[in-house]
Amino acid sequence: MKLLINILLTAILAFALSFWFPWWIIAVAAFVIAIVIPLKPWQSALAGFLGIFILWVLLAMLINSRNEGLLAARISQLLLKTNSAGLLILVSGLIGGLTGAAAAWTGSLVRRLKMNE
Amino acid sequence: MRYLYLALAVLLTFGLIFIFNSRLVLPAPLGALLSPQHGIWQNAEATTTNYNDDVLLPDLEGKVDVYIDDRLVPHVFADNESDLYYVQGYLHAKFRLWQMEFQTYAAAGRLSEILGEGPEGRILGYDRTMRRLGMVWAAEKSVEEADKNPASKAQYEAYAKGVNAWIAQLSESQLPIEYKLLGYYPEQWTVLKTTLFLKFMSYDLAGHEDDLEFSNARDFFNNADLETLYPFIPDSLPAIQPNTPASPYPTQAAVDLTIPAGADTVYFKHNRPDSITRVPAQKPEKENGSNNWAVAGSKTKSGRPILCNDPHLGLNLPSLWFEMQLSTPQFSAYGASFPGSPNIIIGFNTDVSFGFTNAGRDVRDYYEIEFKDEAREAYRFNNDWVPTSKRIEIIRIKGKPDLMDTVVYTNIGPVMYDESFQPTEKKVKNLAVRWKAHDASNDGAAFYLLNHAKTYTDAVKAVRQLKCPGQNCLIATRSGDIGIWQQGEFPAKWRRQGDYIMPGQDSSYFWRGLIPAEENPHLENPFRGYVSSANQVSVDGTYPYYTGDMFPVYRAMAVNKWLDTAQQITPASMMRMQTSNFNIKAAMSRDILLRTPVAALNESAKSYFEKYKKWNDQNDPGEEGATVFTLWWDELEKKVWKDEFNQTKLPLPWPPEYVLLESLRRDSAYHFIDDVNTPTKETLEDVLASSLTAATDSLDKLQVLGNLDWEKAKDTRIKHLLKVIEPFNRLHVPVGGGKGIINAAGPEHGPSWRMIVEMTDGIEAYGIYPGGQSGNPGSRYYDNTISDWAAGRYYRLWLMKEAEKEDERVRWVMHFRKA
Repeated sequence: MKLLINILLTAILAFALSFWFPWWIIAVAAFVIAIVIPLKPWQSALAGFLGIFILWVLLAMLINSRNEGLLAARISQLLLKTNSAGLLILVSGLIGGLTGAAAAWTGSLVRRLKMNE
Repeated sequence: MRYLYLALAVLLTFGLIFIFNSRLVLPAPLGALLSPQHGIWQNAEATTTNYNDDVLLPDLEGKVDVYIDDRLVPHVFADNESDLYYVQGYLHAKFRLWQMEFQTYAAAGRLSEILGEGPEGRILGYDRTMRRLGMVWAAEKSVEEADKNPASKAQYEAYAKGVNAWIAQLSESQLPIEYKLLGYYPEQWTVLKTTLFLKFMSYDLAGHEDDLEFSNARDFFNNADLETLYPFIPDSLPAIQPNTPASPYPTQAAVDLTIPAGADTVYFKHNRPDSITRVPAQKPEKENGSNNWAVAGSKTKSGRPILCNDPHLGLNLPSLWFEMQLSTPQFSAYGASFPGSPNIIIGFNTDVSFGFTNAGRDVRDYYEIEFKDEAREAYRFNNDWVPTSKRIEIIRIKGKPDLMDTVVYTNIGPVMYDESFQPTEKKVKNLAVRWKAHDASNDGAAFYLLNHAKTYTDAVKAVRQLKCPGQNCLIATRSGDIGIWQQGEFPAKWRRQGDYIMPGQDSSYFWRGLIPAEENPHLENPFRGYVSSANQVSVDGTYPYYTGDMFPVYRAMAVNKWLDTAQQITPASMMRMQTSNFNIKAAMSRDILLRTPVAALNESAKSYFEKYKKWNDQNDPGEEGATVFTLWWDELEKKVWKDEFNQTKLPLPWPPEYVLLESLRRDSAYHFIDDVNTPTKETLEDVLASSLTAATDSLDKLQVLGNLDWEKAKDTRIKHLLKVIEPFNRLHVPVGGGKGIINAAGPEHGPSWRMIVEMTDGIEAYGIYPGGQSGNPGSRYYDNTISDWAAGRYYRLWLMKEAEKEDERVRWVMHFRKA
């Protein structure tokens, strides 16, 4: 349950902050939530990953669908050398997710250290 | 231990952010690019995007309403002109910002800043050429000139403010995708950027010359061969203005055109040793040209004139053109505009329509400079030493230190070629370039006045404002007038002046003066009922001024042939004409090619010969004969000329498109037919057979791939301006036509705008360009018109009245109000 809340809050905070800050603010979001919500480090990392991954994949899917796949076809060809919107969405999610995971892991370790003081 | 893990985690986090944010590890910042709220996803416009908007801007004086139709064409209604051009700038930026900026960077020789020096330094070489040609210097002079005219100054400044208003509200996530991919930001727009853009059009249209190669030709060939290979008046020329009693040429030149003393040795002498061995890699596209024609009411079904124009330029995405309407209570104009400049460029208003083809006159000449010494502070001129000035061009190169290029300026112009930018390997040749585009000019004034013209006289006065590039300006009015003027400020030249490099020490070689505007070639309301141009020579040999070499002729022949016999013309018949794939050169050369001795051909060549025989001389999609003819004639030209041309390593100009055919017609013993490398004397039949045989190799390769059909062999493509972003290109466009054909669609070049305007009271107009109104590759309006264009279809152009704002054709409305 706490995992789910963590995932949800990470996603919401990252989404909100992204309106005012550059893309890496997702790391800050994941970091902050990991500090606030106590979980084992590996669980925080997983929540950080899933929070951003799901956010980015859902957003990209929504945008792609409204765009009828026009741009994803071109960009996936450019970056991934293959015409696949799905792959591009997946790669987007992975990049965001990895960043979120690392930041969340950092956050949970900081929390632990602070806890033990 | 815990601290170790923490350190690792911090390192990992910052490491990932760094990798995904910079270009140092991965070739692109994937985090920034693939974030759905920041990167390319933000450019993936919904196909149902709502363009309605209420825009509040402090610089507006009144209100402006913009009605956008379903092709994303904005119809702009403003109360005053300042607001009108302000909103034009805003809209150009909204839909095409990256393209506008990129084109001015190209004009200013600043591409290395964005793209780096390029493979083998090619981009840097391009930038240096632009700087040394004096592009920025010329544009700066244009700004000064525009400043002298208060109306022009106000217009350019309003336009710039409009562009900047758009840029000001752009957030990073809303940047056009190319900025994100290349990693830079838009700059502020200035009047200089507009004049730079217009100068670039001058470069593209009036910057072409082959003077260096021609000097080599003079050095290598004797006089008889030179005149045979490069005759500037073709036998079959339909001049834009024939010399007739109704419309005669001036009987003598208004300027003294006596050839300079000693020219025979200094200028015309053949067989010289010090020729140019390296020619510039960077040249404007030679095929830049166009068709235009206007038919009088005497030949149309409606009794009113019809004006047609299709400019032939590089086919790119985003398109060079942007369709729009500009209206105030005083005037209403519609047509194709240039993002980067105010006004409608090719189009019509309620009374007058206008179009342009390139005049192609040589207004760019070279003069050899003798410097006093290595300091290059003075050069010899008429037995004096005249001081020079120096301009240091700073070229910023992405990823490398700046390059400083010092360009010496003489009173003739910039010394484009010198020891640091060499045209020859042997000794250093200092060549200054005299280019008409360097003269102060208000390049936009002609279009402003044309947009506002109410009568034929207004239109001619407007056209007179054009100084460079020289254009064949076509006018048709609702009141029934048609006319064409080859307008520009043209130097008055003696025969072959400017074909070769001239001596810079002798003022008698300079441009003696300008041809008075009234003496420029023109034709108005002729008895034959039409005026036309297709980049052919504008006049025949009796005109008292020299107009230059190397003009095409076949499109002009095809156009005039059609119009001579056409009657009861309608816009629909003009559409058929504008998209005609008739290959007149093929028709005229058929009897010669049929002399091929079939027995001398192998099986493969025979089969191609059969395909050619069956062909109907139309370069339509599906026609294999068109491919055979094109490759065969190419090989024929090579077989005839390459053996002589290869006797020297000097770069030489290739003879124009009509020379071989006309030479063969005139002289069956044409000595070039003989291959100088063989002991036997070849005949015409021999080379016909050997050239077809030589072509079978390429034809076989095409056939194996299933690409023998003309449109597949030609493989027209429309590429994004960056060329290398493959997925942004549109390839394999199935369109016929080609060089020397009215439908001049080549591999990367062709009718960039097709327009037909019937001057009825309501103005019935049609147009299309291959691309789309949006410059965003993520928009459904990026390349949506290409299929229709390839199929020869047209859209109805709507000169809207504000009272029609409830019309169902209006899809979205933008209200611009003062903040």
